Parts: sequence; C-alpha cells; structure tokens
Amino acid sequence: MSIDQSTAAKVAKLARIKVEDDALPALADEFNNILGFIEQLNEVDVEGVEPMTSVTPQRLKRRKDEVTDGSQQDKVLANAPDAREGFFAVPKVVE
Amino acid sequence: MLDLTYELPKPKVIAGAKHDWELVIGMEVHAQVSSNAKLFSGASTKFGAEPNSNVAFVDAAMPGMLPVINEYCVEQAVRTGLGLKADINLWSAFDRKNYFYPDLPQGYQISQLYHPIVGEGEVLVELGDGTARKVRIERIHMEQDAGKSIHDMDPNMSFVDLNRTGVCLMEIVSRPDIRGPEEAAAYIAKLRQIMQYLGTCDGNMQNGNLRADVNVSVCLPGQYEKYQETQDFSHLGTRCEIKNMNSMRFIQQAIEVEARRQIAIIEAGGEVEQETRLYDPDKGETRSMRSKEEAHDYRYFPDPDLLPLEIEQEWVDDIAAKLPELPDEKKARFIEDFALSDYDASVLTAEVEAASYFEAVVMNAIDALDESGEFIVYTTSSSNKSIGSFDKVQSRDVGKTAANWVINELFGRLKKDDKGISESSVTPKQLAGIIKLIKSDAISGKIAKDLFEIVYTEGGDPAQIVEERGMKQVTDTGAIEAALDEIIAANPAQVEKAKVNPKLAGWFVGQVMKATGGKANPKAVNELVAKKLGS
Repeated sequence: MSIDQSTAAKVAKLARIKVEDDALPALADEFNNILGFIEQLNEVDVEGVEPMTSVTPQRLKRRKDEVTDGSQQDKVLANAPDAREGFFAVPKVVE
Repeated sequence: MLDLTYELPKPKVIAGAKHDWELVIGMEVHAQVSSNAKLFSGASTKFGAEPNSNVAFVDAAMPGMLPVINEYCVEQAVRTGLGLKADINLWSAFDRKNYFYPDLPQGYQISQLYHPIVGEGEVLVELGDGTARKVRIERIHMEQDAGKSIHDMDPNMSFVDLNRTGVCLMEIVSRPDIRGPEEAAAYIAKLRQIMQYLGTCDGNMQNGNLRADVNVSVCLPGQYEKYQETQDFSHLGTRCEIKNMNSMRFIQQAIEVEARRQIAIIEAGGEVEQETRLYDPDKGETRSMRSKEEAHDYRYFPDPDLLPLEIEQEWVDDIAAKLPELPDEKKARFIEDFALSDYDASVLTAEVEAASYFEAVVMNAIDALDESGEFIVYTTSSSNKSIGSFDKVQSRDVGKTAANWVINELFGRLKKDDKGISESSVTPKQLAGIIKLIKSDAISGKIAKDLFEIVYTEGGDPAQIVEERGMKQVTDTGAIEAALDEIIAANPAQVEKAKVNPKLAGWFVGQVMKATGGKANPKAVNELVAKKLGS
C-alpha cells in the first residue's frame, strides 16, 4: 500500500492537523516509510501466536462503583478558552 | 426454556405506485447503564446536576489521565446479556472510535468494535394481538456516552456540558428481524421492560437514557424470506440509518416516512444511497446528516490504555444464578398460578413494580383468608385444585379477583390522579384487606368500591372502616325479608306483573338493595325474592 498526497491530506484533515500543501509530499513519504516497516513486520509468521497486550502478565485493573470524583466545575473549566454559566462555550456547531 | 406458542405477525406492507413493498428494520439501541459512577472514572452519573460538576479529569480528557473500568458496569452488561439469553464473551476488548465533536473531549469514544462483551441472543416481542416475533440480538457492547451540546442558549455559541461524558452505555444491536413500525416500538418496549426487571437501565427515554438508531430498508415481497434462508444481505434493499431517536411515537413515524422516501426513489428508477439520516418530527421528513463525506471514517483501533477485559465463567454463573424472574417467565406464571388472561397478565407484568404489588396483594389476601378460616364460605370460580405453593386457599380464585381490583380499580384510580403504582396511597395489604372482605362475603361488590375510595382517599384498615361505618353486608335473612315484605306490601301492582313476567323480579331485588343501602347480600335477596313471588 502506498500513500499519495491526497491520502496524506485526508489523514491530516481527519486528525484536524493543518498541513500546508507544500508539506504534503514529505508527509506522504513519511507515511510510506512507516507502512513499509509494518509490511516488513507482516512477513513474520505469527500463526497461532496470541497478540501480546502487555509486557508483564497483568489483568485489567477495575474500580468499584463508587463516586469518588467530580464536583470540581471550576477546575474542569479552568483551561477553557471560554466558559459561561458553568458550560464550555464553543463556536456554534449545528448538525 | 420457556415455550410460548405464538403466530408470527404480518410484515408491514406499503403500496407503492408500482408494487407492494415490505419493510426490513434492524436497530441499535443505546441503553444507559444504571450505575453510581461512570464507566472509566469515579464521577457521578446523576442526571440533572449543575453543568460540568459530574466531571473527573479522565472525562475531560486532561493529559495523562488514564481510564480505570468500573466493574459494576461490566456486571450490568453481563446481566443484560444473560437477560437476553445471549452468549457472554469471557474475553472482550476496547477500541477507540475516532471523531471530533465539542462534546467528546478525548477526540475518540472508547467502545468495543472487534470483541464485544456479549454475543448472540434473542428477544421475544409480543404485539398484543396474540402474535409475536423472536428478534435476534447480534451483540451488545459497552461504550462511553458523549457530553451534551446546547445550541439554543446563545446566538453565536454552543454550550457544552460534560456531565454525561463517560457514562456507560450498552449498545444492543439487533439483526434485521423487525418488519414494521409497530414491531419496532414493541421491540424497544420489550428491551426496556427486560432491563427494568434486571435493574440494568431505567429506560427513561425522555432523559435520553434509552435511544435508538433505526436501520430501515425496503424490499419486494418474498425477498426477505430469501434473506432469512441464506442470511445473504444482497436479497435486501440498501438501508439508511435514522439516528438518535428517543420517542416511541417518532420512531414509528420516522420508519414509515423513511420507507416511503426509499420506495419513491426506487420506483422512479433511482437508487437508495446508504447514509445516516435525521428525523424531523415537525416537518415529518428524514434528511441526510452527512455534511462531509469523510465524517464517518472512524479509524477504529484497539485502545492502548486498556488491557483486554477478562472475566471468569464462575462470576458469570453467579450473576446468572441471581437473575430476577424475567417478564416472560413472570407472565407465564401469573397465567398458570392465578388463572389470569393473557391480557391481564401482560398488563400486570408490564412494570416490575406493578407485578410485585399485585403479588403482594394476592399473598396478603391469602394469608388473611387463611388466618380467619373464612375462606370456606366462598366458592372457587375457576379451579378446585390448589395451585402454586398455597395449601388452603385457591390462588387462582384470589388471584383473579386481585387482578381485577389492581387493574380496574387501582390502576384506574391512579390514572385519574396521574400517578404511578409507586405513588399509590393504597398499600397491597390494604387492598388485600378489601379482597378478604369480599371473599368472606362480609361486603358486597358495590360496597367494596365505596370502601376502596375511602381507603384510597382517607387511608385506614378496611375491616375497621367497614365495622365503624356499618358497611357490612346484611346476610341476616330476617332483616332482608322484612325489607322485602315492606316493598311487596307497598307495590301490589308490581307483584301481579312479576308473577306473570318473572323477569320483573329484578326490580324487587333492586328495591331491596336500595332499602338496605346496598348492604344486602345479593344472593340472599335473589333467593328470597324468587321464593316470595312464587315464581
């Protein structure tokens, strides 16, 4: 699989990262390098090998169903560029 | 396994300009899990709090914050799966569904695309006319809810509240087994009922705790059967998904409107485009939601913050062992034990609170009759056998009477006051007291209704009220006879007529009832009137 400039532009747009048109060829090249490396990995025969999800054997940590957090409206909103009446205020978004 | 006999409902058919068309519907129901805390944080799930007050830094996606799963949410999902007779996957995993929206601070929703916690199950959907359909469940997965955007508080800004962000949802995905708008509504109602019984989702659609995405397609008659035989979707039409519906009425409207739109396109020689649409109830139309064609490129991948979720069969078995009785089973038992009609049993089991109330009435009435030993005087109406675990009193007879009182009198009265069963001022014990008085012939049916109204509005012990206010039925034949004699003496003309036409005896019965303030035992009056008039 090879990434062309328009695919690179699409990926950038989906990630909401602004990439100038003249930077697209370099970005596409980088993607292709990464994909090339993954293609190389794909050559390894992993038939019957379970995907490794952790380097040390451990179980997903769980929490009890207890309310231990929240009630910190001021802190949650502290970094918001704009907040009004307890809400984040953002540029109008309508479907 | 429960084996109810039922016939399949007929699929909804819409007549187009050229052909008849059938509907095929599949649903994704989003049910908010009932829990104290969110799926991956310790913030509260409580509805209606101050904006952004139920928010942990995990929910706000602050850098460096990591999700830790709430084990009770997992338990609730497993419980729901078991309630839908579904396979439970002991190994499941979380994936990221990536998209940008102001009420999704992470930039992705944690969901379970590739390995959901619950696999295939089924729901029996009854249509109320004796027909029912088994709707297959494809899967249930857990995921985070998004926050709430409010667009109408400011002309230029949208306001975002993250209180709902990260609350656990179950997405229940059905197979395309639903064949009409009414079935779709009945399917959601049944899911809601089962989850309310299980205590896994409160089913409040108004608050958005239960919402559905509805997939609609149309096909020519006969095509659906081919799909069912082969499970090959190519026999069906292209589907459109109507997003985020939280009203039974609108769901039904939207399905019909969308089906008609698709039929018009196909009959005009066009092709339905697979897309996501929104229903506008004001205009009565669906419209395309897709503003940008790549908006739905979610780029799922396994969430690197979360290990796979591994649960033990033993734990699942333990949850299964503690499952409450489910609606289908409860209904079948009510029909069997209490000789209820299918309809009455459905009404009483619609809400688990109502079912429990009804059972408490029956138990209390049986206990009261058992204790007093007065049960001997009444005759059984439907069975001479003792059913269920009751030795002395026929549960069927008391059950039938209790059902009538709960459905007709209590529900009727509550409805008049716009109240639910949990707000009933009459306790099961009080209603049982009234039934005991009826069954032991202490009061007549008419007086019982007056008594019910007194208990409903004033409260008190029914037996005591009857005693204090002299409402007891007059079974003393001497008193009834005296009243009857008076009436006969005062109405010689009527007596002559009644002798010729025995049907007029009823007039005398009515007069005696009137004279005794409705307290005379109707059976005794009937007998006496017949005797006196010599007919």
